[in-house]
Amino acid sequence: MAKSARQAQVEKAALYPLDWVEERTGLVGYTKWFLFRNVPRDVNWMQTLGAATLTAFIVQAVTGVFLAMYYKPDPNSAYDSIQNITHEVTLGWLVRGMHKWGASLFIILMFLHMARTFLFGAYKYPRELNWIIGVLLLVTGMAEGFTGYLLPWDQTAYWATVVGININATAPFLGPFIAQFLQGGAQIGPDTLAKFYSLHMLVLPGGLMAMIGLHMYLVVRLGVTSPPWSKVAAGRPRDEAAPSGYGEYREGLIREHEGEES
Amino acid sequence: MSDKPDDTPDAPGHSLWPVGFAIGVACILVGLVISWPAALVGAALTIVFGVLWIRDASRSHAPVDSAPAHELMGDTPSPGLAAAEEEHLETYGRAGFLTLATIGLGGVIGAGVVLPSLGFAVLPSFTGEGVATNDVDLGPITNFPEGTFVITTFIGNKLQGKVSKRTAYIRNNGLAGGKDPSFTIIYSRCVHLGCPVQPNGPKFEDKTVKYKDVTLTPVQPAGFGCPCHGGAYDTEGNRTAGPPVRSLDRYAFSIVDGNLVLGKHFSVGTVEGEGKDAKIQRYPVAYPGVHVDGIEKWLYPLPVPGA
Repeated sequence: MAKSARQAQVEKAALYPLDWVEERTGLVGYTKWFLFRNVPRDVNWMQTLGAATLTAFIVQAVTGVFLAMYYKPDPNSAYDSIQNITHEVTLGWLVRGMHKWGASLFIILMFLHMARTFLFGAYKYPRELNWIIGVLLLVTGMAEGFTGYLLPWDQTAYWATVVGININATAPFLGPFIAQFLQGGAQIGPDTLAKFYSLHMLVLPGGLMAMIGLHMYLVVRLGVTSPPWSKVAAGRPRDEAAPSGYGEYREGLIREHEGEES
Repeated sequence: MSDKPDDTPDAPGHSLWPVGFAIGVACILVGLVISWPAALVGAALTIVFGVLWIRDASRSHAPVDSAPAHELMGDTPSPGLAAAEEEHLETYGRAGFLTLATIGLGGVIGAGVVLPSLGFAVLPSFTGEGVATNDVDLGPITNFPEGTFVITTFIGNKLQGKVSKRTAYIRNNGLAGGKDPSFTIIYSRCVHLGCPVQPNGPKFEDKTVKYKDVTLTPVQPAGFGCPCHGGAYDTEGNRTAGPPVRSLDRYAFSIVDGNLVLGKHFSVGTVEGEGKDAKIQRYPVAYPGVHVDGIEKWLYPLPVPGA
């Protein structure tokens, strides 16, 4: 069936900006490589847990950035600034609530995602490195939880952090050094709160983002696993999953017609 | 790197250097516990054998000389061509030199930026900055009735303010040996994980005395208990139940112009005897949960600077 002139015109108009960007950056091809992938026919809802964890992380990042605009990491004003966010600032209660409850959700989702990966055997060859990166993400995520817990600077926060730091101190050999680094001196003092704030919103999220990028790159490169009960034959040759060059990226963006020219 | 015709894996040959390397590492670890010179010997061994190992490994991976290949193929290159080829066979060409120079210079510049920043992030915790050097004046010793504990709250470091608010349980033991005043000064932080221990007994809040930032409330404890994980201590700070690993920390004291002045904070193994007759096993201040005596103290061989 031949394309009508009008259809061809619309197609050309739609593709022109994409062509323009692709010719100059190659980004359209990369995006397509990243998003438009083949997955096994029998994927499971459980395999959305990773994306759910990513969503929870993005919620934490966005709400955290905005909370940082109102929070004051100083022992004399931290508690009051949290009270101000919760009771005075418009919608502050909502954003702080999202960050607070989202933190628990993020940790829970990480564990569920990890359990899914374990039970599906998705950590096996060739995905071992991605499991290791995932474990580092879990540890860093929990460090986020630990450092974030001090920031409200109330009694619960203070004493939970005292206990947490001292648990670190009981580790053999280097434990006391870790504890002293964490509290920024021999005692919990004015520097401890600022240090935890810096770790919580700069150091650890930076590490998380870098590792999430690597994690997802490997997911795309290695593909999604079938569930263990899959009937689809394993070991069949994989499609070449490299980024496509200029020109090929159009494939699949717009429904192709049979007998089309060029 | 080497283009071997067969499919044999590119495994390194047998070598004794890794064994020496492992012995060096073991020496470092043992030396850390026993003595610094032993650790240094271990470090030297590790470096020497590491270098030998790397040299060995890189030699076995060196590119195969291409000359025999020519002979096999029966090529007879002209003399001029051979001379040109000779020039290309130098160990480091321009590209190799530039690569190494870029990595090296980049490494130097990177280290120049990263090392001071890392030092700034880590070292101040270990230089003792912010450790209170000003001894805390707790007021006239007449505020401490003989034979009873007094819950004493004070600001440990005036520059830091309220965040350094601390509590000690202080008992005036009267005169030791009939002349020197004796005080039992127990720090309130549990030596399990640092929660505040509470006196188990009636408080007499109507008898509270204030002196500057210091609040003194008499109390009559049968012992001390920690609300977090159930650690329990007697009135000398010895553990009677629960998870703590030593006795409660104490403060040294001095008397200046009739005022009780808090001195150095120290950790305690066990206390024998009571009050002014107590024999206290003193140790440098340690983190809660850290053993100061017994076999477990070998788990914490390195003193933390700036504590």
